[in-house]
Amino acid sequence: MLHITNLHAGIEDREILKGINLEVKPGEVHAIMGPNGSGKSTLSSVIAGNETYEVMDGEIEFQDESILELAPDERAHKGIFMSFQYPVEIPGVSTTNFIKTAINSKRKAQGLDDIPAKDMLKMIREKSQLLDMDRKFLSRSLNEGFSGGEKKRNEIFQMAMLEPRLAILDETDSGLDIDALKIVANGVNKLRNENNAVIVITHYQRLLEYIVPDFVHVLHDGKIVKSGGKELAHELEDKGYDWLKN
Amino acid sequence: MDLKDKLLASFMAFENTGSLDLDSKVHEIRTEAIERFEQNGFPTRKDEEWKYTSLNSLLKTDYSVFPKSETGIEFKEVKKYFLHEIESYKIVFVDGVYSSFLSDTSHEGADICILSSALKQPKYKMVIDHYFGNVASEKDSLTSLNTAFSKEGVFVNVPKNTVLPKPIQVLYFSTGSEKEIMLQPRNLIVAGENSHVQIYERHQNLSDNVVLTNAVTEIFAAKRAIVDAYKIQNDRPSSSLIDNTYVQQKDSSIVSVNTYSFGGNLIRNNLEFHHEGQHITSNLNGITVISDKQHVDNHTLVHHKHENCESHELYKGIFDGKSTGVFNGKVIVNKEAQKTNAFQQNDNILIGDKSSINTKPQLEIFADDVKCSHGCTIGQLDEKALFYMQSRGIPEKEARGLMLFAFCNEAVEKIKIPALKSRIIKLLAEKLDVELDLDL
Repeated sequence: MLHITNLHAGIEDREILKGINLEVKPGEVHAIMGPNGSGKSTLSSVIAGNETYEVMDGEIEFQDESILELAPDERAHKGIFMSFQYPVEIPGVSTTNFIKTAINSKRKAQGLDDIPAKDMLKMIREKSQLLDMDRKFLSRSLNEGFSGGEKKRNEIFQMAMLEPRLAILDETDSGLDIDALKIVANGVNKLRNENNAVIVITHYQRLLEYIVPDFVHVLHDGKIVKSGGKELAHELEDKGYDWLKN
Repeated sequence: MDLKDKLLASFMAFENTGSLDLDSKVHEIRTEAIERFEQNGFPTRKDEEWKYTSLNSLLKTDYSVFPKSETGIEFKEVKKYFLHEIESYKIVFVDGVYSSFLSDTSHEGADICILSSALKQPKYKMVIDHYFGNVASEKDSLTSLNTAFSKEGVFVNVPKNTVLPKPIQVLYFSTGSEKEIMLQPRNLIVAGENSHVQIYERHQNLSDNVVLTNAVTEIFAAKRAIVDAYKIQNDRPSSSLIDNTYVQQKDSSIVSVNTYSFGGNLIRNNLEFHHEGQHITSNLNGITVISDKQHVDNHTLVHHKHENCESHELYKGIFDGKSTGVFNGKVIVNKEAQKTNAFQQNDNILIGDKSSINTKPQLEIFADDVKCSHGCTIGQLDEKALFYMQSRGIPEKEARGLMLFAFCNEAVEKIKIPALKSRIIKLLAEKLDVELDLDL
């Protein structure tokens, strides 16, 4: 599904990713772990198409097509979703209208008519229940004045509404208390199936207790220095990252 | 002959038209006004109040200054400029001349008519003598010029305890019958105690010939009166507008002036609120969305003179291309005006690389027990927010439009006439190139 080969990327002349190789198949959960500054967030931003970062070399293929030339919205239409570490506040746009605009943009790109209001409401009801969300948040301005936990839950709610093929969760656990973490993880687990895949980007092993990965990759200085099964996460928790740096 | 000399010479001709009552109080006010204009002339950029707006390019034109006879236009040609979907009183001027054909005036319950005819009738003349020129600035030279030539405009007199059942629409059309024309409508709106008046105003050039409008409106709100005024400024690039609005408020009255500036060559809005009582509320809202070389200057003054009054001011601006904006918000709180609440906010987004805004809050507070706040922001669209929206599948163009639309939304929400609100939303969507169905 996602095929990254020899990816080099950075900001201006500064190279941050120095040759990443990664293969993600449908139904899989991959965890990417690493210390601060190892390039985790850069990797997710580059996959999502953030133009702040420049791809210097390498290739990213999604469903057998290169996506490097695609705008972020076109990547979203193909089914890539990134949950932000720091979700942006957008005053004046309610979550409901935002998500409606997003869904209809995708439908338009696929040559479909707007989603009927009835279907939209039904979907909102289902997905907000799944995440145990207070629906009054949905009529408020997107993320404006939300707590860290509310913002993260809103991200997963949007993910649930958009039904992506590949979801990248960028530090979704940061700023969440244990109860919120369980709800978010539970939401992600319920959305998993054999056709979609998840990449969990995290500094700590904590989230992986709840979203159990099939593969764990350790990123250090812009490269994947070790890959393994879920037991690798425990090893990192015990030993820290230093033993991998050499 | 320059424009000032031409206007001074025209004043004598104006007096000799035979249609003015030269012994009236109003004419005395006119005569004093022309003297002030003669002394002060047109404002220049040396005047602090005109530092960022130059009239130079407008004053070189050889305007025709007297309205000729009425040019007939069909309703269907101009229907789209009316809020035609709702019931309303209508007062329409074509090239400065009242069009009875397009208007729908009234003397039932309230007088909603024109100044020129009201001046000729003793029972209205008393009202006019009482209010005319009472709140309009004597310092502002352009207001003096308008006062000197005041003869035609709107006259609204709403008796106490009267709620007008429908809004008043005032439209000023110019047809291009003159190559260059200068128009000076003069409006007087008197809202009696406990009355409620809604008024919608629009200047519209129907040709590409040059129009300069120098309008003055005086609004008097008696105790507990509610007046909502809406100004749509979406004219052609050949038109310029200097719009002076002076408001005097008595106890517990609420007056709101909402200004939507979307088009025109140069627009200058002078807005003054003078409080003559307690528990008064003044609301000033504005949205400016301009591009190319357009210029919009919003100058506001709220003068708090007595205790327990409040003012709320919110101006939003979006500037594209080489457009330029000015916001100057002056709030004066007299020593006696304790417990004043005065809020002012001016937010701007510059989209065009060569666009600019000069914004200046000016607070002069002499009382010590007051709540006054002001803020101004100038920014660009948040790139992080754009990426966020795009990452959810919203294309860049729509994302930009949605953000700009949301930026203005707070000021749109203030509109109390639903038909007008939808009209403004539609105009905004057009200006910002957003597809509708956002129902934010």
